[in-house]
Amino acid sequence: MWLAIIVAAVGCYALKLAGLSLPERVLHNPLVERVADFIPVALLAALVVVQVWSDGPSLTVDARTAGLAFAFVALLLRAPFLVVVIGAAVVAALIRLV
Amino acid sequence: MTAPLPLAERSGIIRDGVAVGIATGTYGISFGAVAVTAGLSVFQACALSLLVFTGASQFALVGVIAAGGAPISGVLTAILLGTRNTLYGLRLAPLLQFTGLRRAAAAQILIDESTAMAVNRGSTSAARVGFLSTGLAVFVLWNAATLAGALAGTAIGDPRAFGLDAAVGAAFLALLWPRLSDRRNQVVAVCAGAVALGLVPVTAAGVPVLAAGGVALLVGVLTGPQGER
Repeated sequence: MWLAIIVAAVGCYALKLAGLSLPERVLHNPLVERVADFIPVALLAALVVVQVWSDGPSLTVDARTAGLAFAFVALLLRAPFLVVVIGAAVVAALIRLV
Repeated sequence: MTAPLPLAERSGIIRDGVAVGIATGTYGISFGAVAVTAGLSVFQACALSLLVFTGASQFALVGVIAAGGAPISGVLTAILLGTRNTLYGLRLAPLLQFTGLRRAAAAQILIDESTAMAVNRGSTSAARVGFLSTGLAVFVLWNAATLAGALAGTAIGDPRAFGLDAAVGAAFLALLWPRLSDRRNQVVAVCAGAVALGLVPVTAAGVPVLAAGGVALLVGVLTGPQGER
């Protein structure tokens, strides 16, 4: 686990420093710019669905789905981050109680 | 160097930066709690916040590990997510004009929030004040909150009873949300989600998320040179 932490730390720092150090024209390649904009979108979307609808190697629908539904509505209503996250946890926990 | 900033403008920028820091820093509490319930020690959770210090990457790393994925998949996902900080740096470098050691130090606090609070300033001095006040406020509060959340997380028995697994999905959606106003991003998000879900039953944990990164590459190549569709 420590190795993973160190590698992630070095990698993420190198990416930040590269941004401040590389010449700006790197950005002028439109393909680089598009892909770089899409990467966080694709990864975050994948992380949402995997986190909510997978359980090990199987796909499941459980209380987490209700939590995500709450988060969706809360975000539509422009609720702050903490309300979205804690609210989703509370909804899921309440459903598991009953 | 540019002309010194008027005091009122300077303190206004700092006030905004600290406010953003408080708002963002507080969700370090959820990161700390999620990290320890994923199996990390309090010390490891704090090390991630101090050293990696870019929220989405940290959540991704512990999310993949919590799902039983290999640490290497989590690390790769975290690093791929960290590439957006490179873009931020490319946009900010001409504005901030940091060199040498100051650049090396500034790099650590180059994140979504510090970029947002610097990129639209009209002068180097204003951009620096926005960048530094926001970056430092988030850094201090994010790390303090991680520690608090990690300590609270260790006191919790079964994280599922508190819905913490649902909180992680909600956190990812909240991080994704601001980018979904763009139509092409919506397409990318739906395709990436579908690819990831389809791969869950047939690949090791962590792989579906990485494969979804391939969707970004594919859509980037397929959309025309103008990027319109």
